[in-house]
Amino acid sequence: MAQTYHTTVGSRSYRFASLAELMAKATPPRSGDRLAGVMAETAEERVVAQMVLAELPLTTFLNEALIPYEKDEITRLIMDDHNADAFAPIRHLTVGDFRNWLLSDHATSEVLTSVRAGITPEMAAAVSKLMRNQDLILVAKKCQVTTAFRNTIGLPGRLSTRLQPNHPTDDVTGIAASILDGLLYGSGDAVIGINPATDNVAQSVKLMRLMDEVIQKYQIPTQSCVLTHVTNTLEAIEQGAPVDLVFQSIGGTEATNRSFGFDLSTLAEAEAAAQSLNRGTVGRNVMYFETGQGSSLSADAHHGLDQQTCEARAYAVARKFNPLLVNTVVGFIGPEYLFDGKEITRAGLEDHFCGKLLGVPMGCDVCYTNHAEADQNDMDNLLTLLGVAGCNFIMGIPGSDDIMLNYQTTSFHDALYARRVLGLKAAPEFERWLADMQIFQDISTHRLNDQLPAAFANSLRHLPKEPRHGA
Amino acid sequence: MVHKPSSPIVVENPWERLSAFTDARIGLGRAGVSLPTSKLLAFQLAHAQAQDAVHCPLDVESLASELTQALGLSDPPLPLHSHAQDRATYLQRPDYGRRLNDKSREQLQQAAASQQRYDLAVVVVDGLSALAVQQNSAPFLSVLYQTLANDATDWELAPLTIVEQGRVAIGDEIGALLNADAVLVMIGERPGLSSPDSLGLYMTWAPEPGLKDDRRNCISNVRPAGLQVEEAARRFFLLLKEARQLKLSGVKLKDRSEDDVLEGESGAIGSTRNFLVAD
Repeated sequence: MAQTYHTTVGSRSYRFASLAELMAKATPPRSGDRLAGVMAETAEERVVAQMVLAELPLTTFLNEALIPYEKDEITRLIMDDHNADAFAPIRHLTVGDFRNWLLSDHATSEVLTSVRAGITPEMAAAVSKLMRNQDLILVAKKCQVTTAFRNTIGLPGRLSTRLQPNHPTDDVTGIAASILDGLLYGSGDAVIGINPATDNVAQSVKLMRLMDEVIQKYQIPTQSCVLTHVTNTLEAIEQGAPVDLVFQSIGGTEATNRSFGFDLSTLAEAEAAAQSLNRGTVGRNVMYFETGQGSSLSADAHHGLDQQTCEARAYAVARKFNPLLVNTVVGFIGPEYLFDGKEITRAGLEDHFCGKLLGVPMGCDVCYTNHAEADQNDMDNLLTLLGVAGCNFIMGIPGSDDIMLNYQTTSFHDALYARRVLGLKAAPEFERWLADMQIFQDISTHRLNDQLPAAFANSLRHLPKEPRHGA
Repeated sequence: MVHKPSSPIVVENPWERLSAFTDARIGLGRAGVSLPTSKLLAFQLAHAQAQDAVHCPLDVESLASELTQALGLSDPPLPLHSHAQDRATYLQRPDYGRRLNDKSREQLQQAAASQQRYDLAVVVVDGLSALAVQQNSAPFLSVLYQTLANDATDWELAPLTIVEQGRVAIGDEIGALLNADAVLVMIGERPGLSSPDSLGLYMTWAPEPGLKDDRRNCISNVRPAGLQVEEAARRFFLLLKEARQLKLSGVKLKDRSEDDVLEGESGAIGSTRNFLVAD
């Protein structure tokens, strides 16, 4: 029988009918929780919920599942994979004490790595609800998650980028033009990743081959990915396509993932299939996941949980399959879930913190749509904050404008701004390549070459004289 | 330290001419590693236009008179309003935008009192871009009405409606109240930076409140620089006829064209050939 929670502040008494309700009401305000009808009704109720939550022992989350064990395979994954030995050093803490401990000098990078397997997504979500933005940044910075395929992502002092050369008709010359633009701005060490305009196997295989040819010809220490459904990628592997990374959008409840058309066994099959190709040179992390607050509510699969707790549960799915990259696409879903720049910023920092705390190689699509109350300044702020927090990777797109998905994310220029202002570098293998190819005049000061590097000057001679389309 | 005259403040990209091959913002050049002022302002202008498209209200009166004239209607279109009273509510409460307010529902019930059945109800909805609706509705409907008039079968059209603060699903309630076999929702799509004026077409067979996306067929990106109104009307009419024949819509009506490989504008079928890997 689930517990209820009571407390009194002054003359008012508050009652929270369940742990899920307590978590939801303790959540900093955002439109998606209002839409779901789970948000605190007053500012006072929110802080009271946070106070009650702070008193809860962490063990509460091991004894009381937010979604019943028998109903949800993500709950089963979280409970069955919980490591009691890793949990032992923090077992005695309440949620409030856990915040203190995370911020304390006891919690070094090494210690945080060693307790990871003892932390559940719900514990991470709960403590994040008590934390200010600076707390989320400080602790995330201490959590290091490093992964590798053809290069090494997530080392301290590094900020990688996904080069995203999307095109509304998947035109190969248009895509190649955006890839070249990105490479010549030092982008693409996390992955060269295309969202296909049409989501089927034949189209995906074509785009995989396109990127594979470019990576091989220029010997780029990076990996490619077509962001198509996991079952399409499995079929592409069977057809012998050059698959580096397997993509899938994931959520934090079984019902969310079913609405996306897969379950945990599909992901296990995909990881094994991609690993069997042995295409990595310095590592074997072959999965690329995308997440985002609001996806479970959008799929009508949130079980009354707040959207941030659902999101943290998605990281349990992610960490099971040893991903190279996990990307929270924070502002893509729209203002009914995250209304403005302030809510998007908070969500981005929460997601990055929870992911890193749980041991997930977290990156962020720092982004917004045109119907959100947000603009480039909000993105500059979040990008800078995430750079300070040690975010593994961000997106890189020409001029911030995704002409296929119709939203705005960080540009090639933005990534160089962040690297320059925060003293961050690309992944080491990729950084060496950028220097060798003479893309940078001086890589240590992020000084780009004013001239076209020789290898690429040669390629431009093969340009068709006239574009075939009217633009 | 004196700036060397040989090194320009704004560095142009030697590969700038690649921008002829894509609408992506490539070859922008740089000041240090940052956007040059002209490129920054061009972006800001595009974003301002997209935001204005989201927030500018639909001018119902002028659209109604334009449609009355262009389509030769005997009665002007019926103005309706969703349950979302303003744009801020609309943006945060998609559920409100999917249903009519009480006044509009009563209006429709009166309009449908005759119990007459219709073959098609056309519903014009502001959605996320009033600009798209204002600009593309009359040209598209002129072609569609002509197509329906020329068809061998008679098409009985329900009274035309215009909805403020509406989402796609509101058409299902309207179609049901009007006793229509099928509903066409013409709605302003979420504006992209380069497409603030994009109209979406959604068709449902046997509309009723509560239907999900899998029951609708969509034709997207109708605008002067995208899908032309003649082609959009042609595709919609094919869908409508098929829906009427099979008495269904949505995924079950899906055509198989999406199994195709998109070829874009360059290259032979299935070819990955491009300048980067030409030799």
